[in-house]
Amino acid sequence: MLQISNLRKSFAQPGGKRLEILNIPEFKVDAGEQVVLLGRSGGGKTTLLHCISGITRADSGEIWFLGEELTKFSEPMWDRFRAANIGYVFQTFNLLPAFTALENVLLGMSFSNTAADPDYAQALLKRVGLGHRLGHKPDQMSVGEQQRVAVARALANRPRLLLADEPTANIDPANQQGIVDLIKESCAEFDIGLILVTHTMDVASQFDRIDRLDDINLVVAEAAMSVAESDQGGDSE
Amino acid sequence: MNLLTIAIRSIKQRLLSSSLTMISMALGVGLVVSVLAIFGIVQKSFNANATLGYNLVIGAKGGKLQLVLNSVYYLSEPIENIPYEYYLEFQNQEVREKEYSGSYSYKAVQQQQAARMTMLATGLGLAAPAATITALATDLALEEQVAPLYPWTREGKYSAFTDFTIPLCLGDYVGPYRVVGTTPDMFSLLNYGAAGDKPYTMREGGRNLEHFHSENGFFEAVVGAVVADDRGIKVGDTINPSHGGAEGDEHETQFIVVGILENTGTPNDRAVFINMEGFYRMSDHAKPLENEDDIFGTNQVAHKITDAEYVLPVEKREVTSMLVRMDPLYSIGIENQVNEGNVAQAVFPITEIRRLLDYFVSPVQTLLLVLTVLICFMSGVSILVSIYNSMSDRRSEIAVLRALGARRKTVYNIVLLESMVLSMVGGLMGILGGHGLIAAFSGMIEEQTGVQISFFDLAPPLPIPVPLLGDISSEFLVIPGLILLAILVGFIPATSAYKTDVARSLGK
Ligand SMILES: Nc1ncnc2c1ncn2[C@@H]1O[C@H](COP(=O)(O)OP(=O)(O)O)[C@@H](O)[C@H]1O
Ligand SMILES: [Mg+2]
Repeated sequence: MLQISNLRKSFAQPGGKRLEILNIPEFKVDAGEQVVLLGRSGGGKTTLLHCISGITRADSGEIWFLGEELTKFSEPMWDRFRAANIGYVFQTFNLLPAFTALENVLLGMSFSNTAADPDYAQALLKRVGLGHRLGHKPDQMSVGEQQRVAVARALANRPRLLLADEPTANIDPANQQGIVDLIKESCAEFDIGLILVTHTMDVASQFDRIDRLDDINLVVAEAAMSVAESDQGGDSE
Repeated sequence: MNLLTIAIRSIKQRLLSSSLTMISMALGVGLVVSVLAIFGIVQKSFNANATLGYNLVIGAKGGKLQLVLNSVYYLSEPIENIPYEYYLEFQNQEVREKEYSGSYSYKAVQQQQAARMTMLATGLGLAAPAATITALATDLALEEQVAPLYPWTREGKYSAFTDFTIPLCLGDYVGPYRVVGTTPDMFSLLNYGAAGDKPYTMREGGRNLEHFHSENGFFEAVVGAVVADDRGIKVGDTINPSHGGAEGDEHETQFIVVGILENTGTPNDRAVFINMEGFYRMSDHAKPLENEDDIFGTNQVAHKITDAEYVLPVEKREVTSMLVRMDPLYSIGIENQVNEGNVAQAVFPITEIRRLLDYFVSPVQTLLLVLTVLICFMSGVSILVSIYNSMSDRRSEIAVLRALGARRKTVYNIVLLESMVLSMVGGLMGILGGHGLIAAFSGMIEEQTGVQISFFDLAPPLPIPVPLLGDISSEFLVIPGLILLAILVGFIPATSAYKTDVARSLGK
């Protein structure tokens, strides 16, 4: 379903040199398959998800998804494709503070070609256990509840792939397992492929397929070095 | 969820700063709408006065505008007078003979004729030398030949073309208000209103001036509505005009107020009208003549009531100006003739009023409009600042929208819509507020200008010769103007939203 080949991504550095982050010869996810991407902070996990979703453009290489070569897409095409086929859950700040839980889910339906479906949005919120909090705004909910809304929103367009970028990293330990279960179960339920990024084994160990970024990414050494430096700077990721 | 909802949510999220910018926009637009309404009021009030009911003003040579200001608006510095004989050139023979009957020239001719007749009679009786009788006879024959040339035996030069002529004698004041010596024709022949069909009416219990009244004689006054309200003048009161300005000496002569004009919205609201005959009988008003043996000019008290038949000599009379209505067909020719002569000038008041509007009023209005539009721009800039300041907080929100599949164009439009909603809602508040303001003051406006205006009246088209713009209410330009302004000020923050680096802003 998703197939990445020879993907390379580097960032310009202040000195003019480019810092290479990703060099992935091959990475595949089958339809409905659940993959954990395990890697240290600063390893390029987020960057990889950005590249897959089209938020960031890779320098070279090919990304195929659902039979389409995404890397050939123009930006608006990729935006539209992302809206329709890729669900996204971030580590923090998922929800727009001006909108209620229900409206945040409806927002997830607003940028694809299909019409928003309030009934389905409600059903999803019920599914994530928030059927009674439809009208609440983010600041009236706990971080764990907010993350559940984010999951519901990621599912809103019936995507084929869910990208979850350290979805439990900011949540109190008591609620972390609930979120992991929710993501795992709903992806299975709706037959959605999953790439879940994490740096903790606790989370990773619950999945059948665990890919270490270091194993699929050829620029491991340099990335690890820069991580070591940034970790000294107190990066808590 | 559509973009407008998203934009409105974002505005609500920053309620305080949004309300403040909307209020500033409302104030700006309210001012613009008020100024446009004032345009309309000024125009309407000029138009109402433009159907003056007469088409020529004739007065002493000098500034045209000053003549109009004096005669139509009772404003500006006083002007010179013209001879009464000139006024009589616009009257028919009957009126002329009556008016001339008190004149020294008329009396002189009559005396001369009487003397000749006596001489002839006595000469014949005494069998005077034939030569004398022949001379007297020739004299008489000659007299018969020149008789038709006497001014009272012929029609006035312009009378055939003239519908009516209303004389004005200016120079006195009641408080700050001009006193106008005139004839009852002022209110019986002239009409007012935009169509020129409203007759002047008096308030309850009042009436027009009379040429001579059995009790009040020549000393009656009619008072304009504003003057009456301002000075608390009622029918039956007496007024003493004072000479040459508000601080001038008060004349001893008292005029009885016989009528208060209903509000007309014309300059007549701000003037006091007295019988011209009474005007002349005030001290120093009749023109002094050399070798004067006439006492009536100064000692008018004696003639106040009794001397209805006494006609003040034409030689002692002057008028400041006169309002003439004539067939427009002849008016241009007559204007020419009057101006070519060396006694008076004739002006078309409408032309002068238009010129006044174009040269003095329009620039002031344009300036006002420019200022208020600038204020709107300032409000627009405050919208820009408000949205732009919020952009740093909103990067992550925009990034989330983009991650959800919103295109750059879409977030650009959302921010632009915010700017539009802010300026449109503010603008609509301003339009309603402006109309409310006008409506609140409508009573005062009508009283001062005679222009009726309500909440729902739209401003007139701008006086510009652009096909469509010249036809529709200028207020309809406010809406596209606001949209344009919103786009202009929304452009910068919208571009900033467009350029948001999603990868960097996500999750922050
Ligand atoms: N836009 C960018 N410009 C420059 N460097 C970047 C940019 N985005 C990420 N990086 C760098 O790329 C590396 C990988 O970042 P990221 O993908 O966020 O790692 P991870 O998600 O695994 O913690 C980091 O060293 C980070 O500083
Ligand atoms: Mg990361």
